[in-house]
Amino acid sequence: MSNFDLSVIIDNLPFLWQGLQLSLFLTLLAIIGGIILGTFLALMRLSGIAPLSLAAAGYVNLIRSVPLILVIFWFYFLVPLALGRPIGGFYSALIAFVMFEAAYYSEIIRAGIQSVRKGQVQAGQATGLSYWQIQRYIVLPQAFRNMIPILVTQGIILFQDTSLVFVVSLRDFMTVSSIVARTEGRLAEMYVFAAIVYFVICFAGSLFVRHLQKAKTT
Amino acid sequence: MIKIENISKWYGTFQVLADCSTNVDTGEVVVVCGPSGSGKSTLIKCVNGLEPVQEGAIRVKDTEVTAKKTNLTKLRSQIGMVFQHFELYPHMSVRDNLCLGQQKVLGRSREEADAKAEMLIDRVGLLPHIEKFPGQLSGGQQQRVAIGRALAMDPIAMLFDEPTSALDPEMINEVLDVMVELAQDGMTMMVVTHEMGFARKVADRVVFMDDGRIVEDRPTEQFFGNPDSERAQDFLSKILNH
Repeated sequence: MSNFDLSVIIDNLPFLWQGLQLSLFLTLLAIIGGIILGTFLALMRLSGIAPLSLAAAGYVNLIRSVPLILVIFWFYFLVPLALGRPIGGFYSALIAFVMFEAAYYSEIIRAGIQSVRKGQVQAGQATGLSYWQIQRYIVLPQAFRNMIPILVTQGIILFQDTSLVFVVSLRDFMTVSSIVARTEGRLAEMYVFAAIVYFVICFAGSLFVRHLQKAKTT
Repeated sequence: MIKIENISKWYGTFQVLADCSTNVDTGEVVVVCGPSGSGKSTLIKCVNGLEPVQEGAIRVKDTEVTAKKTNLTKLRSQIGMVFQHFELYPHMSVRDNLCLGQQKVLGRSREEADAKAEMLIDRVGLLPHIEKFPGQLSGGQQQRVAIGRALAMDPIAMLFDEPTSALDPEMINEVLDVMVELAQDGMTMMVVTHEMGFARKVADRVVFMDDGRIVEDRPTEQFFGNPDSERAQDFLSKILNH
């Protein structure tokens, strides 16, 4: 390790920062999209209307049975076929992540909804609120409050998974690190640096989750 | 006002209600009592359709609760209900608990809803607590808020499902006082409770249930003076002499 040269990192910092921005941006959008779609899937699943809940259950089970990388490929090749024009790596990856993560989020959200006391629903019904009003004003706000730690945990996993977008030639943080490593011939430095960056972000995330859990129990 | 005719209900093969019939007239207060598991809470939840029945009919004013085509949400908005475990919305202030139904169901403006909420919270003696959240209140205070929340909808009748049985003894009276006042104001009330003092004071009739059946349905004085059935006598001796 005598010739461990850190200047390669500093020299390429703007390029690396661009990659990290893409990773974080993709993570953020995929979390938001995944939670919105996941909420609808969870509500469909719990609606008690057979076609809706079967469709949602089928979707969730299908997505959870295939590797993420395959879903990314699907959307990269299938969406342009369906639309008749290419939409680019970023949008196809974003759609793939949203669709994929929604399946996982919907299971978390379903558990969160079921954790809200049945009496709360009855209280809403007794007031004359409709099914959707009860979900919107009574159940979901309480469910999300209970779920925030586990939603953040899923977000950390999602952040790590964004490194897979190299398969559709997107320049995320992992990809740009590899590019620098190979073009500068500094493999050890770059891969150690990438590991540290991922570790710091994810560990900060899990500390945040622990803080949320503590705040919830007190 | 409330007409219950020969209703029966099963959970799977287990019969929880067997051929129950009773009436609550406008302005009347009816107390429903009986040992636990006798079906009294189920009976009262059938009145606003929270629990479906398999046989028989329930009518509230002109609405057939048990008919398939009945708009239950509209009916429920006209009947107030108070639960054993309060069921206040924990993520909303007392004020918002009272405003939600008024605004979303009755379509009142925020100003109207606010004014009504303040008036009712004052009536149950909690105006200084109106901006607090349910978790910051005692059980008795929460139940008083829950009564206020039900009244905010201007109900034509009120249902109480064991409103004091989850409360510490020292808080029971503050809730009963609100209910007594409501009864004296002429509210139509159906109350599942073990509080026989309350029943004596304001109930017009007492319905005694056992094993899913209505065993006695008599004017309050007769019920306490001389219950017909052995089971009611037994129940009263247990609940009154301890």
